[in-house]
Order: sequence, then C-alpha cells, then structure tokens
Amino acid sequence: MSPWLKGGMLALAALAISACSEPEDTREVVVYTSRGDHLVKPVFDAFTAETGIKVSYITDNDAALLTRLEAEGSNSPADMLITVDAGNLWQAAERGLLQPVHDDTLKAAVPANLRDPQDRWYGLSVRARTIVYSTERVNPEEELSTYEALAEEPWRGRLCLRTSKKVYNQSLVATMIERLGEARTEEIVRGWVDNLATDVFANDNAVMEAIIAGQCDVGIVNTYYFGRMQRDNPDMPLKLFWANQGEGESGMHVNISGAGVTAHAPHPEEAKALLVWMSQEASQRVLADGNMEFPVNPGVSPAPAVAAWGEFRADDLNVEVAGRRQVQAVKLMDRAGYR
Amino acid sequence: MGLLVQARPRRLRRPDLPVLAVLVIAAAVLMPVLVLALSWLGDESAVWQHLAQTVLADLVLNTLLLVMGVTVGVLVLGISLAWMVSALDFPGRRFFDWALFLPLAVPAYVLAFVALDTFDYAGPVQRLLRETLPAFSGGSARRPWLVILTLSLVFYPYVYMLARTAFMAQGRTLMEQARILGLGPYAAFWRVALPMARPAIAAGLALALMETLADFGAVAVFNYDTFTTAIYKSWYGLFNLNAAAQLASLLLVFVLLTLALERLGRGRARFEQQGARQAHRVRPRGITPWLLTGFAGSVFLLAFALPVGRLLYWVVDSAWRDLDARYWGLIWRTLVLGSGAALVTVLLALLLGYVRRTRQHRLLHIAVRGATVGYAMPGSVLAVGIVLSFAAIDRFLTQTFGVGQVLMGGLLALQMAYVVRFLAVAFGPVETAFERVRPRLIDAARTLGASPAETVRRVYLPLLTPGVLTALLLVLIDVMKEMPATLLLRPFGWDTLSVRIYEMTAEGEWARAALPSLSLVLAGLLPVYLLMRRTRVH
Repeated sequence: MSPWLKGGMLALAALAISACSEPEDTREVVVYTSRGDHLVKPVFDAFTAETGIKVSYITDNDAALLTRLEAEGSNSPADMLITVDAGNLWQAAERGLLQPVHDDTLKAAVPANLRDPQDRWYGLSVRARTIVYSTERVNPEEELSTYEALAEEPWRGRLCLRTSKKVYNQSLVATMIERLGEARTEEIVRGWVDNLATDVFANDNAVMEAIIAGQCDVGIVNTYYFGRMQRDNPDMPLKLFWANQGEGESGMHVNISGAGVTAHAPHPEEAKALLVWMSQEASQRVLADGNMEFPVNPGVSPAPAVAAWGEFRADDLNVEVAGRRQVQAVKLMDRAGYR
Repeated sequence: MGLLVQARPRRLRRPDLPVLAVLVIAAAVLMPVLVLALSWLGDESAVWQHLAQTVLADLVLNTLLLVMGVTVGVLVLGISLAWMVSALDFPGRRFFDWALFLPLAVPAYVLAFVALDTFDYAGPVQRLLRETLPAFSGGSARRPWLVILTLSLVFYPYVYMLARTAFMAQGRTLMEQARILGLGPYAAFWRVALPMARPAIAAGLALALMETLADFGAVAVFNYDTFTTAIYKSWYGLFNLNAAAQLASLLLVFVLLTLALERLGRGRARFEQQGARQAHRVRPRGITPWLLTGFAGSVFLLAFALPVGRLLYWVVDSAWRDLDARYWGLIWRTLVLGSGAALVTVLLALLLGYVRRTRQHRLLHIAVRGATVGYAMPGSVLAVGIVLSFAAIDRFLTQTFGVGQVLMGGLLALQMAYVVRFLAVAFGPVETAFERVRPRLIDAARTLGASPAETVRRVYLPLLTPGVLTALLLVLIDVMKEMPATLLLRPFGWDTLSVRIYEMTAEGEWARAALPSLSLVLAGLLPVYLLMRRTRVH
C-alpha cells in the first residue's frame, strides 16, 4: 500500500471517529426529515432559541429515511421522523419505527382525522389537492364539480395530470378506493386516462403551465404549487376549484406533512417537546406559510394569500387510508394505464 | 516495484499480498451489491406478477430503445468531437478542446428539465412558433428522441474524454505510416486510428451506458418509464424494498453480460501504441473548418450554454435571494468530499490496475470486474445496500464491543459509498492507461540499465499521467453531482450543493434549485480547465 493511500485512510478514519464522538453535554433532538431544509430550519431555529434544545437533522426522501431508520434499529440516533405525506408515516408506524405520544395539548391542536388513531404520528400542515382550471376556457359553475366528473365525456382531450408515480396522486386514489370501492375507482381512473390531452407530466407546475399555454383546460394539483405560481404571476388565467363540495360528496382531498417520535429515540422527552411545540400557533404559521400550505391547527388561520382562495370542506376520512390503501392504489393505476 | 519492471505479467499459483489486497477491495465493494442479492431469498412473486401483467414489457422495451439510442448518440458525438480536436484544425479548436468536456458537470436531470422547459408545448420555442406560424399546432416534447438526445449530450463526455486521450496518444508516426501506405486522412481514421482507440472508446461507452441504466432523475423529468422506474415503483409505491433490490440486481446481471460480450469481442487483440509526439493537425480546405466549428459549437451550446444560461437567468431573476453565508460551506464541503473521494478512488484504481498488469491469477480477473459493477446500480438502491451492510456491521460492533454507531453517520461511510459507486469510473481510464505501457518499453528500459525506480519514473509515470488525471477529474465531477448516497449517508451538517438541489426540486422549486445547480457547475469549471490543460500532449 502506498504511503499516500495509508495517510488518506488514516485521515478518513480519524475524521469518521471525530464525527461520531461528539460530547453530549447539550440537550438535543435528532430529526430525519423529508421536508426540505428551507421548510424546517426556521422552525427548528425558533425552537432552539426558545428552549435551548439543539436540533440536528438530515434531509432525504421518505423511502430512504425509512429504510435507514429500520436498518439502524436500536442504534439509530434519530428521535423524530418528519415526512411530507401520511402514507409514509403510516408505513413507519406499521413497521414499529414510531412510538405513541399521548399528549392532550397535541391532540387538541391536531384534528382527529389528521393524526394516527394510535397516536404514533401527527399532522403538522395540511396539503390540499384539488382541481385547477383555465379561466379562459372553463365555466366553473356549469362544468366543474368533482374529481370523479373529470372522467366524464365533456372532458375528453381537455385534462392534464401529473404522473401516478407521485405519492400525492396515490393518496388521492387510495382515498377514492376507500370511499367508492375499487371497481368504481378503476372506472374513474380509466376515464381520466381516456380524457388526457397529452402524456402525464412529471410535476404539478408543468400541469399548470400546460393549462395556461392552452394544451388542456383542467388539471389536479396541490394548492401550494398554485400559490407559488400565483405569487410570481398574479394575473395568470388560472384558478383553483374546491372539488367535491356538494351535498353528499366527500369533501376535498387533503394530505398532511407530519411527524412522529421514533421507537428507539435517544432523546424522547426533547422530541415530544418539539412535536408539541410544532403544533402550536407560532410554528404552525412558519410551517404552513413558508410553503403556502394550510395550518393543521384549526385555531390558526392560513396566510392571507392562502385564505384569499376561500374556505372549503375537507374530506373527513382519517388520512391513514393513504398509507393503508397505497399499494392497492398503485396497482390500480398501473392496470388502468395511468403512467 | 520489482514486479513493475518485469515485462510480462507473472502467473501466480497462490495469491500474494497485492492480489489479496485486490480481493479484499473487491469484496468490500461487492458487499452492498451482495446484500441486495440476498433479496432473492424472499418471495416477491406478487410484485413480479403485477409488474409482468401491467408495465414490465413496456419498461424493458423503453430501456432497450434508450440504451441503443444513447449508444449511437454518445459514440457519434464523443468520437467525432474527440477526433476533431485531436487531429484536425478549425477555428476555436483550443477552446473546444477543454470546453467540450464541460457538459459532464451539468447533472443529467438539470439538462432534462431545461430541455423540456425550453422545448415542450408550454415552452418559449413552441410558443414563438405558434404565434408566428398559424399552421403550427405543436405537441408534447416528452418523446423518446428527446430523452435520448438529452442523455447523449450529458454522457458523451465520457467517450470524448477517453477517445481524445487515445487519439492524442497515437501520435504522429502512426498516422504518417498510414498515409505513406496510401490511406487518405479519412481512411486512416476509419482503418487505423479508430480501431486502435477501441479499448478507450469501449471504456467510455461502458461508463455512459451504466449511467444511462442507473439514471432515474432525467427519465423521471420526461416521465419516460425505464427499468429503474420499476425499481422505484416497487420501493416507493409498493413499499417493497426487497422486490426493488431483486429488480436492481437483475439490471446488474444485464450489465455484466454486456461487459463480458465486449471483452469477448475484443478478444486477444492488444492495442499498444507508439510514442506520443503529436501529429500535425490537418486543416481541411474550404468552409469545412467553419462547419466543424459550427458542429462543436452547437453541441457546446445545447449541452452546456443553454442549461447554464437558463440557470443563470433564474439566479439573477430570483434565486440569488437564497444566497447567504451558509453557501460557502456548501461549496467547500462539495469540493472536499469530491477531491477526497477522487484521490482515494483513483489510488485504489491504480492498485487494481497495477496488480492486473503485473500478475495473473484466476480470481483476479473476476475480482477486478466485480469491483467495478457498482456504477450500473441506481444510486439510491446502491446507497440502500450500503446502509443495510454498514448498519449490520454497526449492530454487530454494538453487540460485541458495546460501542455506538461507528460507520453510519460518519464520513468514512460516505467516502466508502463513493468508492463503491465510482471505482468503475476511475478504473476505466486507469486500465486504458496501463494498456499503453508496452512490454517492449519495459524490456528496452531494462536493457538500457534503468533501475526499477527509474523505469517507474520515466516509463510508467509519463504514460499513466493522462489516464490518472482523467480518472481524477471524472470521479471528482461525478462525486460532486452525486445525490442519493450523499443524502442518505452524510453526517449531520455535511450538506452539499447536490443536497440543496434535491431539497428544492423535491418541492418543485426548480427556479430556486438554480442557485445550487449553477454553483455546482461553476465549482467544477476550475478543475476541468486545469486538468484538461495537463492532459494535452505537446
């Protein structure tokens, strides 16, 4: 072995050891989060400023973080898992990676359908997925009503959708399966596919841009993507429509970005403190407003730009259905040819 | 060093220390891959049945089409451009010589996003056409040919880089001999230069194709479903990591077969080369030089200027607001991780190449091949293999010695992940360089009474240097762009530019991702420029 190689290896080993052996004289919480740095750091900074508890975190996608958490087992340094959808929290809980947190303040802040019935995870912000339409070519009062109706004949060649590989669409279809049954849902998804104006897109922004450009008239997107685009371009010929608001209809589909305390958390008390803190007004505002989402705490009002879209009735099914029926939804969309 | 000055590889009955070292490296590199192969112990027939009944046939066809298209694309671009800058003279040649390597610094998904942003229905090009030509109705640009073109533009530098080194090393005498024997310049290219550069071109092509097979980011932007789509669908959508690992290991088998076929085709041919005096460059007559400039210019424009220009626009428009003091840290850590990994990986590749050059042993060939397959694995799947194996080692250490996590969450784990993933990238150029060291040169050096140290210094080093620099550069750029392993294995606080790109694009904030993307490209510029200057043969 060349001396260079040896030197390099030694230096790396030294670095590795020094990275592992930090003294633990301060209180801290370690977070694995799929919510990006820019969307969590302000909350963590405020928490540290108020409590003196340090927050260390790494960001990655849900599936990778779950795999790491599971592989590390009782060795894991993680105290908390934050995800951007309910399905992955349900999955983490299923695999025994989360521990229940029974706390009355938390339960009062988070509506029952936006948290785990067994208290292992809690929603922190609400992500609504609804219909977006061209104000130039669609008359909302006469033409728009439900997600289901977008599968009907009048929308032939006018619909744009994002890929079924995105978890938001999987959650939407999972909820529909729960409400309408598998057969009826498959019929609807096939109807959507038949009505597509063009191949499905890779992201919600592209769906909205296609509607603006005239490639299609209507689509389904998360509201905060619309919010961001509207912020940059207030006069765009595009509007949100609150889906499924009619009598006997399900209400608008919502998902959550949420968190749970890990089963082997080295600092469970600090992690619980952070979880409760995030459900309260000050951090609710930061969490929701930073990305134009809706606060999960009903006592906190959304940002003015978000509130300006008007009020809606959300689907009151527990969001855990997104996880429970995700596999079924993915398979259904594959069968229906929804790529 | 004694063995280095032996002209021909020594046949070993029993492996000696260096051979054992290679076997250990190969085992370490193969560990995460083997962990994934364990997935076959589980029965995932339900997932397989579902995939087979719905999407699998399309995915396999799409993948084959992509592989064939990118093969043609990177060969045409890489070889023609490498030949142009090394054998012909045209306006701007000195600039294009190094600039044509730059597209490699642009992550594939960034070029994919910019290409669609520009050429899709809602983009500026089709909008302009619709406004000016009433008959033009336009349509989706998310077509196979644009996926192929995009990936070819990102990955051709692998072929370009290796072929260029080979062409330049062929030198004056060889081409002069070909010409004396009555071949025209083009016939000399087809019948002499090209066949002799074949090992280098094959090595570059192998890298480009492994990247293509492992790519998920760029094809996802186009929603072009390939075999990796099935892997991620099983993992993210069906929550079945086991099935994903099975699919990924199948992909590796396919790659191994392809590599074996290429070796077989090359057979026993040896490609030893003359000294490296640069040939006089031929300046074609008439407008041909300007056509060449136009060709090189369009490739540079599409593959580099267009994406960088678009990124620059976003940064100036809005993304600069994210620029804060933390940014220097991101850039610094990106460069530190990249250069550290480049050094370690290339040293290991040199060790592999050296042992291969000086010894023959049955296991050796398999071990070296095995040590370089990690590259074809989709990055996040490989990262998971590493997490699974490191976490298992950590658990074992905890149970035995009572220590906490040793590997996971440390820099060592991350560096090892880079080695596993990019050893192939370093080994390609290094191996090609070793092949240039002809046994006769060693014989000559010995006959002339050169000491072993002198032989290494005056024969090996000059001949190996271009290959080693190429390897350093490729690994550096690749590590800087690397995303999944960095995300999953970095210690707390070790965020890099690609981590920031991920966080922005994951939330659909492409404009804000422009700042880290542009920084990444710019951070790669200096090493590219410096190293490309060093690899010039004067």
